Amino acid sequence: MNFDFSEDQKLLQQTARDYLDEHSPLSVCREVLESDAPYSKELWNGAAELGWLGAAIPEEYGGAGFGYLELVLIAEEIGRSLAPIPFGSTVYVATEALLAAGSDAQKQTYLPRIASGDAVGTFAFTEGPGQNDVEAVSTTFKDGKLEGTKIPVLDGEAADFAIVAANSAAGLTLVLADLHGQGVTREAIESIDPARPLAKLTFDGAAAETLGTAGEGSALASTLLDRAAVLTAFEQLGAATATFESTKEFTLGRYAFGRPVASFQAIKHRLADLWCEIELARSNCFWAAWALENDDSELKLAACSARIQATTALDLASVEQIQMHGGVGYTWEYDCHLFYRRARLLAAVLGGKSAWSNRLVDRLDTAAA
Amino acid sequence: MDFNDTAEEATFRTEAHSWLSANAEVLGPNEVGRNALSEMNLSDEDIAEAKAWQKTKADAGWACITWPKEYGGRGATPMQNVIWKQEEAKFKTPPDIFTIGVGMCGPTVLTHGTPEQQQKWIPKLLSGEEVWCQLFSEPSAGSDLAGLRTTAVADGEDWIVNGQKIWTSGAHLSDWGILVTRHDATAAKHAGLTYFVLDMHAPGVEIRPITQINGGQGFCEVFFTDVRIPDAHRIDAIGNGWRVAITTLMNERASIGAAGGDKLIDDFVEFAQETPLNGGRAIDDAGVRQRIAEFYARSKGVEYTGHRTLTALSRGGIPGPEASLGKLIGGALMQEMSRFAMDIQGQSGAMMESGADKFQSTYLGIPGLRIAGGTDEVLRNIISERVLGLPPETRLDKNVAFKDVPTGPPSK
Repeated sequence: MNFDFSEDQKLLQQTARDYLDEHSPLSVCREVLESDAPYSKELWNGAAELGWLGAAIPEEYGGAGFGYLELVLIAEEIGRSLAPIPFGSTVYVATEALLAAGSDAQKQTYLPRIASGDAVGTFAFTEGPGQNDVEAVSTTFKDGKLEGTKIPVLDGEAADFAIVAANSAAGLTLVLADLHGQGVTREAIESIDPARPLAKLTFDGAAAETLGTAGEGSALASTLLDRAAVLTAFEQLGAATATFESTKEFTLGRYAFGRPVASFQAIKHRLADLWCEIELARSNCFWAAWALENDDSELKLAACSARIQATTALDLASVEQIQMHGGVGYTWEYDCHLFYRRARLLAAVLGGKSAWSNRLVDRLDTAAA
Repeated sequence: MDFNDTAEEATFRTEAHSWLSANAEVLGPNEVGRNALSEMNLSDEDIAEAKAWQKTKADAGWACITWPKEYGGRGATPMQNVIWKQEEAKFKTPPDIFTIGVGMCGPTVLTHGTPEQQQKWIPKLLSGEEVWCQLFSEPSAGSDLAGLRTTAVADGEDWIVNGQKIWTSGAHLSDWGILVTRHDATAAKHAGLTYFVLDMHAPGVEIRPITQINGGQGFCEVFFTDVRIPDAHRIDAIGNGWRVAITTLMNERASIGAAGGDKLIDDFVEFAQETPLNGGRAIDDAGVRQRIAEFYARSKGVEYTGHRTLTALSRGGIPGPEASLGKLIGGALMQEMSRFAMDIQGQSGAMMESGADKFQSTYLGIPGLRIAGGTDEVLRNIISERVLGLPPETRLDKNVAFKDVPTGPPSK
């Protein structure tokens, strides 16, 4: 039994943690949250230099050519530091889309620029509340032109290009749109986590090109969502672990009734429960990472399971963090709200827990039929 | 990252499997192995078969594989023990009535017993001639084990024991028991304890099986009335009882790692496909679907946490306190899954029909799991103190003579 990361992989993770401890303390997240900047350019450039942006990109396209067992650990550290950069949009979704379905020309155009930090990508699929089915879009793609509105799009203002779900004559299709072109309007949308901003994208005859095969967007999107869910789950896991640790430290240092708050069972037992939720998420994430790395058919189940439990863990961690801090936890000055906000942002992107639960049960029903 | 055996583990697994193939019948695809702890009542025939199987294993060196070679074991690592149990579980074997003896009593005698004591007890424990039980919990000392009150008073070359133990699994089948007593109530709580091996057939030992919620009789009350124990049956020094008890409990934890993955979630999914609800199948119901997803993610979380524990074991570690997660989460989860399944069944959920009462019998059995071997609350203390490093509980019974520790509300 060897259900763990290798020493080399752990070393890479430690290096990432050290770098982010130094270059992405919570003050960096707060800076973006309190400003109009869409992300920290300095941190983005740093991530490019370290090879993180091209982690899954083959060397022939300028990437680092790491495996997914390396990328998930970087994702965990990104989550841990609440790094305010469009990492998920670009690396988990846009890059994966290009790798899975891009033509050689498309890969040549975008992948080296992603790896070098010169291109930010995103995934534009939802068009309104509750709508997490890629199939349910009304955006159209005809004669190379996009018509429709996508809301919300994570990193929509900062992105240079987007993978857009649209209906074509052949059926649902994913298309690649340059967001600097004509016919694209962007409008900032207030985000629950302003360190990870949202936008509304309106396409009015914007030029785009098919990604993969026209009419096969549904299957491709499904694959992309699974892969991105695993990577996002690791980001949630990292954030949950950091939330938990800061809460633990606070309750150890805070005294009431002559004792550390952490010595009361009302707190101890809840921290034990929270630790269990996070470990359940970690174990699911390990399983999903294994399936992702090995392209195993279990990915369809593991991705959902990891996504669901990681969401549960981070939600609980961020709620308990504020509660256990007491009054100061509710202030703008303390950092609790950064985690509380990020918890909901990450839970929302790629669709919420109820959608993932449905997806999981569909698959269990089919698999066990 | 993979789920494979190392080369050494694979060799060991093959060796174990081939011996088992030659000596037992393999289980069919829909057959499940017998579990002494979950079975309602064992017959004399079951006991005889269990002893015979232990003897067969002992003769071939497969009875107590983690014990040193000179005591009939094969010095196996904890990981090899897991592999052995995984392989043995694939075969039709009698219910194992030796888990407490082999997993807890034997190792304690091997660690703290004198050579004479080891010579006296170990061979017959190993060969299955004698069955052992653990006399620890008392009516007033469960989670607070060191608060036990069974007394041992020195009398010449003997000790005279009075008091009561409870929740003693298999006491009614046992020949010997490991027993923790209080020899000095004027000493502080943990300092006044002494550890013995008790002859379960001695005069003054009375065993009354307890009927559980589910009608089973797996554990007993054991009463001691002026029971004589020779001083030669004392384990370690007078007053060292707590230290010896810790050895027993550490071995209990070490033997937990082998627990197989629970498949209740698979049964639940199948059940939800087959059961009609609200005009369709239960699995089509939105409320049911959300719960299935939650159950599934938690079940997989427990299962793969087990794989992480085994990985640590495979690398030469021992299961740490973090292994408490499986029982804490798994117990409550199985209870909730079975309760929810019965809810879906509607009125039929109240029926207990033989062969169709999987969820009902799980529901009745699970409360015991959430209490035995560390209650949920004790496990949360273990996790918070030993895994997370949070401060220990404030104790009102430290540095006080045991006789002065409050045992109930002040009298009016």
